Amino acid sequence: MTKQADPKLLVDRYRLMWVIRLHEEALKVLFTQGKIGGTTHLYIGQEAIAAGVIAQLREDDYIVSTHRGHGHMLAKGGELRPMLAEILGKFTGYCKGKGGSMHIASLEVGNLGANGIVSGGLPISVGSGLSAKMRGTDQVTVVSFSDGATNEGNTHEAMNLAALWKLPVIFLFENNHYAVSTEVSRSMAGGMKNRAAAYHIPIQQVDGNDFEAVHFAAEEAIDYVRSGSGPYLLECETYRIEGHYYGDPMVYRSKEEVDAWRKKGPICRLEQALVERGILREAECREIEAEVRKEVEDAVAYAENSPEPPIESIFEDVFTEEGA
Amino acid sequence: MSERILTYRQAVAEAMAEEMRRDSAVFLMGEDVGKHGGAFAASKGLFEEFGAERVRDTPISESVIAGAGLGAALTGMRPIVEIMYMDFMAMAMDSIVNQAAKVKYMYGGHARVPLTIRTAFGAGRGNAAQHSQSLETWFTLIPGLIVVTPSTPYDAKGLLKSAIRSDNTVIVIENKLLYGVRGPVPEEEYLVPIGKAAVRREGSDVTLLATSRMCNFCEEAIQTLTREGIDVEFIDLRTLKPFDVETVAASVAKTHRVVVVNEGHRTGGYSNEVAAKIMDECFDDLDAPVIRVAAEDVPIPYNATLEAEVIPAVKDIIAGVKQVIDE
Repeated sequence: MTKQADPKLLVDRYRLMWVIRLHEEALKVLFTQGKIGGTTHLYIGQEAIAAGVIAQLREDDYIVSTHRGHGHMLAKGGELRPMLAEILGKFTGYCKGKGGSMHIASLEVGNLGANGIVSGGLPISVGSGLSAKMRGTDQVTVVSFSDGATNEGNTHEAMNLAALWKLPVIFLFENNHYAVSTEVSRSMAGGMKNRAAAYHIPIQQVDGNDFEAVHFAAEEAIDYVRSGSGPYLLECETYRIEGHYYGDPMVYRSKEEVDAWRKKGPICRLEQALVERGILREAECREIEAEVRKEVEDAVAYAENSPEPPIESIFEDVFTEEGA
Repeated sequence: MSERILTYRQAVAEAMAEEMRRDSAVFLMGEDVGKHGGAFAASKGLFEEFGAERVRDTPISESVIAGAGLGAALTGMRPIVEIMYMDFMAMAMDSIVNQAAKVKYMYGGHARVPLTIRTAFGAGRGNAAQHSQSLETWFTLIPGLIVVTPSTPYDAKGLLKSAIRSDNTVIVIENKLLYGVRGPVPEEEYLVPIGKAAVRREGSDVTLLATSRMCNFCEEAIQTLTREGIDVEFIDLRTLKPFDVETVAASVAKTHRVVVVNEGHRTGGYSNEVAAKIMDECFDDLDAPVIRVAAEDVPIPYNATLEAEVIPAVKDIIAGVKQVIDE
């Protein structure tokens, strides 16, 4: 690729990718310590996509996220402290401990919500797209989904309606190859290019582990959608380095396969480019990593020391009080 | 107050028109709601007044219709979504049950969902098993949803206006066979509050509780029962959730006997919830077990004679009342 991104932006996004990575690494430890309820779905290996697409959205743009959504939230401007507090079920979390890992949302940040239902967010993105259009704003919605969602009716209904009504929605297909244990070649007929063509939605397919490729493709997608031309499909090929959930024994794939993808990981690739171009020295990369690690540690401490939600809060937040 | 007679469907259309005039964030979307005016003509005239932008025909895609309603509601709009037949709600259940009902709570309160979902239910038209169901308990089961079901044109208008103005997801269950029913609807603006049952007739012998079209059946049954010297107190529940325990308990304290009439199935239908609520709240006031008049536990058959036999009939209500009095 001849086109190169601005060095300052590259460093900024490189740092963001570390924030996402180390946030997820911290979750592994917390999960092993039994401090996280349910399951937790890690974004490790997909950082270039959140950093490449979501980080260049405007503050008033929307994202609709998934059960593997921590990276999306951090890239949209979510903060580590309330993120980790939420995942530990604390009252200081984004959802006061009522949502947890799979339901992190903040309308202030423009995250209409992670989602525990595969494909559940796609119809919602059509609505926020419609809303932006009807209110006459140029806000864009990015809805993320992975190969597991491609064969749900919701996905087709949403693509059809967004295309029919020319809505400002970017369908961000993060093809991470696995839906729980099922590899995409065993679940998806036809591929996304054909499906996008069927709905007359323009599509770009990029290497989702190549930050700059994702960034420039996203720039094009955002410009296209913001100008009112209708939806856009961005397919980023990547790999789910971790299991479906942390602790997944992964009997369905080989260690060699995972290792091969690990070598193609997005952070080491961007780091290599930064060093080769003389933007950062390796020592500076390690400094950034160490700095972020400290921030994450601080946020973990904040989360661990945060109060549990009061029992009375059980009955709060079911409904909005009328006239409030 | 000037009296005017409108049909139930005209009352529904008028509620939407008034709210759309009042608030530019209100819009309607659903299958055939535009020029066609809705499958039951309940949005007739709206397309002509508000245009295709605010009265949006959708493809047959119930899940995305409901989910898009949620997405729009979260981001500053106040959508009314129409799901043509209640049976088709099955196609939209994720968007309603897993998404709309839960976002406020899951997000720790940082969301409001001013979403109205209108749908039409009920047997009696020979629509057979997939177009006749009374599925209200699918929704009353779910915390985060408000469920109303008007039986008169007056309430159809007043409850729908309250639903549209609500900052919560409200399921408005209309009845297919009531759309043509006529009744007084004042010219003046009014709202019917959500969560308030209506005492339609005061009486001392028995409390008859009913929902939607079953209210009309009850009115008929009451004529016979009155002739036979039974003094019925009749309450139209109107809102299924939240349940108006106060109005019902006051009545039970007076009559000590209750019959509940609902078109849902005997097993798991809404009449069971009402009976249980009365047992919880009014057990000491009861002189007899609560009688439930409900649909048989079979799919709704096509043949008119069979269909009428499956859902509650006037004779079943009369029999229920006599039974509770004899207990």
